[in-house]
Amino acid sequence: MKVVLQDITKIFPSRTKNGQEVVAVNKFNYEIPDGKLIGLLGPSGCGKSTTLYMICGLQKPSSGKIFFGDDDVTELSPENRGVGLVFQNYALYPHMTVKQNILFPLQNFKGKDKLTKTEMLERAYQAAKLVQIDELMNRKPNELSGGQQQRVAIARALVKMPRVLLLDEPLSNLDARLRLQTREEIKRIQRETGITTVFVTHDQEEAMSISDFIVVMKLGVVQQIGKPQDVYDNPVNLFVAKFLGTPPINVFKGRVENQKLIIGEDVVMDVKGVDDRNVSVGIRPEGFIYDKNGPLRCQLRSVEVMGRDVSVVSSNEASFNPQVRSIVDADNKIEADAEGCVRFSLKSHKVFIFDEETEERIYFELPVAKTVEPAAEESASEKAAKKAPAKKSTTTKKASAKKEPTIKTTTKKAPAKKTAEKADK
Amino acid sequence: MVDDKKQWKAWLYLSPVIILTLIFTVWPIINTLRIAFLDDYTLLEEVGGVKFSFGVQNFVKVVKYPGFKTCLLNTILLTVITVPISTMLALIIAVCLNSIKALNRLLQTIYFLPYVTNTIAIGLVFSTMFSMVGSGIGGENPIISTAGIINNIIEFFGGKAVNWVNMGSSYWANMFVMIVYIVWNALPFKILILLGGLQSVNKQYYEAAKVDGTSRFRTFWRITVPMLSPMLAYVIITGFIGGFKEYSSVVGVFGENMGPPGSENALNTMVGFINTNLMSGKPAEGRASAGALILFVIIFAVTMLNMYVSKKRVHY
Repeated sequence: MKVVLQDITKIFPSRTKNGQEVVAVNKFNYEIPDGKLIGLLGPSGCGKSTTLYMICGLQKPSSGKIFFGDDDVTELSPENRGVGLVFQNYALYPHMTVKQNILFPLQNFKGKDKLTKTEMLERAYQAAKLVQIDELMNRKPNELSGGQQQRVAIARALVKMPRVLLLDEPLSNLDARLRLQTREEIKRIQRETGITTVFVTHDQEEAMSISDFIVVMKLGVVQQIGKPQDVYDNPVNLFVAKFLGTPPINVFKGRVENQKLIIGEDVVMDVKGVDDRNVSVGIRPEGFIYDKNGPLRCQLRSVEVMGRDVSVVSSNEASFNPQVRSIVDADNKIEADAEGCVRFSLKSHKVFIFDEETEERIYFELPVAKTVEPAAEESASEKAAKKAPAKKSTTTKKASAKKEPTIKTTTKKAPAKKTAEKADK
Repeated sequence: MVDDKKQWKAWLYLSPVIILTLIFTVWPIINTLRIAFLDDYTLLEEVGGVKFSFGVQNFVKVVKYPGFKTCLLNTILLTVITVPISTMLALIIAVCLNSIKALNRLLQTIYFLPYVTNTIAIGLVFSTMFSMVGSGIGGENPIISTAGIINNIIEFFGGKAVNWVNMGSSYWANMFVMIVYIVWNALPFKILILLGGLQSVNKQYYEAAKVDGTSRFRTFWRITVPMLSPMLAYVIITGFIGGFKEYSSVVGVFGENMGPPGSENALNTMVGFINTNLMSGKPAEGRASAGALILFVIIFAVTMLNMYVSKKRVHY
């Protein structure tokens, strides 16, 4: 069942007389494809839960329409929409056993939908089996762990075979280990049932890991919709770039002069097709390449060994954050030079530049497939266009020739001239 | 843990309460127990140096006393009838109050008014409302003062005036007035408790029920009532205890005669019985104490029964 959201807007009236009304969701447009798992992602107060409740029917949109398939359900109350909702804190009835909880929605069926007791039990056990709690049917919710309660809540939502399954922050009440396990579980249940599922989360990792598509929201406005990897690789604005990724993206104050990107005093790379202006520069932690001759200089603070990778913590005056975190291959020996600096060259497809004011993405032409020998360059800082390889598996021996992976950027807003082009050198 | 040396300070601060409790609660309880088992005890005779023999004569006399059965029956009837009615009404009103937004505060205040109003005053008002003949009958202007408002209403709808509380009124008419009065008087406290309970029920249970298409009736019985069960148990248990101690309400409506003129003590209660034994005629502290003990045993037994039942029904 595809779900179509057409310009849905939710405005909450102000509590006080002359206070401002709150626009919780502003013109949300999206066609949720059938049988997919959609993550609504955003910081608290961004309207993601409100959107979920509007799909559910517990809240009515102030304007706009909602369709399930071809049915306009905008005016329907929740029970007539055929949705299953799992609450953040599960809302299991504490005085009923697991079995009674799961049976509860079925016992509400009226008229021709009415089921016999055997049918009800059969379906309850079927749902319980799906979420693997059929052993716990006679327990009370308070005798279950958080993860088990979660499963009961999902079983209760699934048992009436909803057209759309809605999950409100399904994992936020679980501990870290259980969270990993449960999110796999949700993915599995969703695949097995094939029910179009929408879930809300503020945890980008959670959203990225299980969603087929994510919707990033901020202050009621949809920022970007896409496959998790696409959104991560191609954020449309600084907010999305900052919101996705752990560790978070490093943001610098920079400027563009003569189509070269300058951070602080360092000319770090070419940005073809960008006019001279001040910009915010976002660099993913994995976008740094440790390079003794690299153009970007940072004061080394510490090196954190993480096994496969090393996390280099440094600082840079142009950075908006007190520390710059870069993740480089563990084969590198990280050493500061005489001035206490580490130098990096940058992977251009991990560098995003944004308008200083609007924070919208400014697209530049990416160099594709090139061979570079950083060791050959004496004063690398002058050579701004240091394009290094991105593959982590490649050991970053400076002398070794590297291949730039082909970069596919498929953002709708990307400028037309994004075709393959030889690197500047 | 309090330092041993500092313990005296704690005792010092606690001492006023402890002393008052000992004087006004602990000693009277012990003394009541003692007096109840001293045959034909009276305080004057004890002061006068009379020695009483130990025994259960007081209890025997109490049970044989002609008014005792009436008092016990009245008490049980009033309790058993009013507690369920007032609890159910309070539950319905609380649920309604909880589901409306407009005038919520105003209505809460109105419903709470009986709680802060003088019992005797309310009793007098009830007595006037239900009276057959206005206070000024036979006066200069009998038209103005014909009958109480209830009978006026009954007559307005074509019914026949009922003698509720005046001379010659029937026992069940009296009882009906008492039941209405006690239920009305018991509502505010119960509404308050239940409303508090309702407001603490997580709204998500209702949202979950709504998404599942649960009817209002089913939501009420399967979610609201179980969720409120601790509060319901509380108001029912305290309701029973209060019911067995009913006294001032009868005084309020019928005065100290505990019944309509002509049939005094017809509506006397256990507490009234104890009071009568203490105050009227020959003081009989022994019998009063025995009556108090009997009442205590009844209340205790009923409360235990309540607790036992609620263990199965109440979901904490």
